[in-house]
Amino acid sequence: MWDMLSWLPENVSTYGGEIDSLFYIIYYITGVAFLLVAFAMIAFVIMFRHREGRRATYLHGNTVIEITWTIVTAVIFVVLAFMSQPLWGRIKQEVPPTDLQVRITAKQFNWEIVYPGPDGKFDTADDLQVDNELHVPVNRAVHVFLASKDVIHSFFLPQLRLKQDAVPGRVIQAWFQATKTGRYEIPCAELCGFGHSGMLGYLTVYSPEEYSKWVKEQWPSR
Amino acid sequence: MSESAGVHAVHGAHVHHEELGFVRTYVFATDHKMIGRQFLFLGLFMLVIGGLLAMLMRWQLGWPETPVPGMGWVPEPYMFEGIVPPQTYNMLFTMHATIMIFFAVMPIMIGCFGNFLIPLMIGARDMAFPVLNMLSFWSGAVGGVVMLAGFFVPGGHAASGWTAYAPLSASAIYTGVDWGQNLWNISLIIVGASSLMGSINYITTIINMRAPGMTWFRLPLVIWSLFVTAILLLLALPVLTAALAMLLADRMLGTHFFLPAGGGEPLLWQHLFWYFGHPEVYVLVLPAMGVTSDVLSTFSRKPIFGYRAMAMSMISIGFLSWIVWGHHMFLSGMNPALGTAFMMSTMVIAVPSAIKTFNWLGTLWGGSIRLTTPMLNGLAFVSIFVIGGLSGVFMASTPVDIFIHDTYFIVAHFHYVVAGIVFGLFAAVYYWFPKMFGRMMNETLGKIHFVLTFIFFNATFFPMHFLGVAGHMRRIWNPLQYEFLQPLQGMNQFISVSAFLLGLSQILFLVNFFWSLFAGKKAEVNPWHANTLEWAAPSPPPHGNWGEHLPVVHHGPYEYSVPGVEEDYLPQTTPHALPVTAGH
Repeated sequence: MWDMLSWLPENVSTYGGEIDSLFYIIYYITGVAFLLVAFAMIAFVIMFRHREGRRATYLHGNTVIEITWTIVTAVIFVVLAFMSQPLWGRIKQEVPPTDLQVRITAKQFNWEIVYPGPDGKFDTADDLQVDNELHVPVNRAVHVFLASKDVIHSFFLPQLRLKQDAVPGRVIQAWFQATKTGRYEIPCAELCGFGHSGMLGYLTVYSPEEYSKWVKEQWPSR
Repeated sequence: MSESAGVHAVHGAHVHHEELGFVRTYVFATDHKMIGRQFLFLGLFMLVIGGLLAMLMRWQLGWPETPVPGMGWVPEPYMFEGIVPPQTYNMLFTMHATIMIFFAVMPIMIGCFGNFLIPLMIGARDMAFPVLNMLSFWSGAVGGVVMLAGFFVPGGHAASGWTAYAPLSASAIYTGVDWGQNLWNISLIIVGASSLMGSINYITTIINMRAPGMTWFRLPLVIWSLFVTAILLLLALPVLTAALAMLLADRMLGTHFFLPAGGGEPLLWQHLFWYFGHPEVYVLVLPAMGVTSDVLSTFSRKPIFGYRAMAMSMISIGFLSWIVWGHHMFLSGMNPALGTAFMMSTMVIAVPSAIKTFNWLGTLWGGSIRLTTPMLNGLAFVSIFVIGGLSGVFMASTPVDIFIHDTYFIVAHFHYVVAGIVFGLFAAVYYWFPKMFGRMMNETLGKIHFVLTFIFFNATFFPMHFLGVAGHMRRIWNPLQYEFLQPLQGMNQFISVSAFLLGLSQILFLVNFFWSLFAGKKAEVNPWHANTLEWAAPSPPPHGNWGEHLPVVHHGPYEYSVPGVEEDYLPQTTPHALPVTAGH
């Protein structure tokens, strides 16, 4: 209850664990910083409360202390930035190769999902288009091509630690790799109009066998 | 200083102001103190409205789709027998933020205290441009009326968030909101002009009209904060105004600045908005930092720790605030490499904020601390700001932001930063009320109000971090529509109850404020034994502030507990040789 990060939804993605670790590191650093400041403030208010006959110290500052805390703070923030950068790069810039691709076009207030079908190509006769149902196999990277037909939406997979805005006029690539089978919700995370609340799709993560079965059901002729 | 002394010689020539009639004194006033009071009343009125909108939202989030008690009279389609529909919910959070930012915090912290304090604390008789000042208030008031009018037009008020992301905001077909969003735009263009007039006035006044001896590094930190704020406003508002004009043109003239169908670019809006929007955050919070610095020094009876570092950190926050806007857009589709750059600059801007916090603690060290109501609120501002600053580190880290972006974690964060300003606001009101109205506010009532506000503020906003960590999206009307959010409903109800109690606690403030206005104890000239110039003027100061002679400043504003001085304070107007101390 009181450990804030125990509120995190279960992580079922490859890079989600790394995001969570970074989350924990920042949580502990900021937690310690907060406790120190709060403790100092309360202690000072008690220690230096007004008492008859005692005067405040006439003190304008202390250059050494001021330089020290400036440098220490700066170093901590720079280290945090350098710890964040590689992970950001892995998630956003170094997309792993895969043959699983899906086109997701957001529209008020549904996720329109297009599978390229067995030929692996979009805009061919074997494309399959459904609303709000995303089916993927476990342990394989999936590329998502995000677009929007009207306003900005945001594709959010809480359990996979993935969020990416879908912007009209652009196709934005994202990827994820699920590590556990199950059915997960896909809420929209960017205000998109009166139906924003309740704009909801579902991600179904199959075992390899179940996934083959699902593929056969969708494209029986192959 | 010879130049500014010259300006004052001219001003001193017409010290004897003729009696003004009722209208010139109370309505179309040019006196900076009256304009300050007008901004205060405007801001307090809007603060109440903004708060009530939040209460409706909290009811819907705690007990979704049940009738709000006592609201059955609201006509359809705004409410259905007291039930808040989704469109109304979107309107509520849009207008809550818009009103709180542009019509409550800015009028009070900048409009009221900027106007009231700048001439008094630098030793001037009025603002540089009194008529422009009057125009600034009245255009602000007109902006307020236009904004409130939006509630009464068909289609309802703006419902695209205070950030008004295009294309949602750029065409009525996406929200069904027509004139509501147009009036929202027009109103913000008007208040933009109002703030622009104010900021030009503040900058000119501070540069040109300081009393003899009031050098830059003898200015109180609250004046430094207002100076930096005014510069940020001057440079940021035209960008917002331009963006608003483009958005309005998209809506009404058929242009396509932000509509991709006609070749427009939705991200352009976000860049323009946040180029204004991030400096705006510092516009809101800097004056509260300045107030807190003055209050902490006065009630610690001790010089502010690291005066120059405090002034310099505000200046560097001012500069850096122009290069961090992209951290609002990590997931917008902007190039990820740019995200990295903005993460770096965001980590850098945390440093001056941390320096300020440490200097406030340093001010307490070795003090003789009096826990008056303004002091309690000042200390609360520091602690709340620390939480808001630290929670910002999570969002600054790009990978962590992927998960917490657009969740309640960010709602918690910006309420700790921006709603936390109310503690700076209360500190300022309790502290300067005697100078502003010539009467003291009630300390006991003030302390009860403080304790309740502090408890319920944290009980309302701290648990929102937990919701955010659990993935709870912001701006959703009914969390029960999502399976993974249903277990959080108990927390949502706890937050709602705390929010109601936070709202109710503010009645104590209003009672104290209005009761003290008429029946408070008469204030002395310098009830807090403070050093700054305003406490050398009568309470309340007359038109022209200083009588025959302008005050002459002999030293800095924070000379408390000076060795060799019998009293524990040394007003800026009292000549005295200061001992040389280490680290000065």
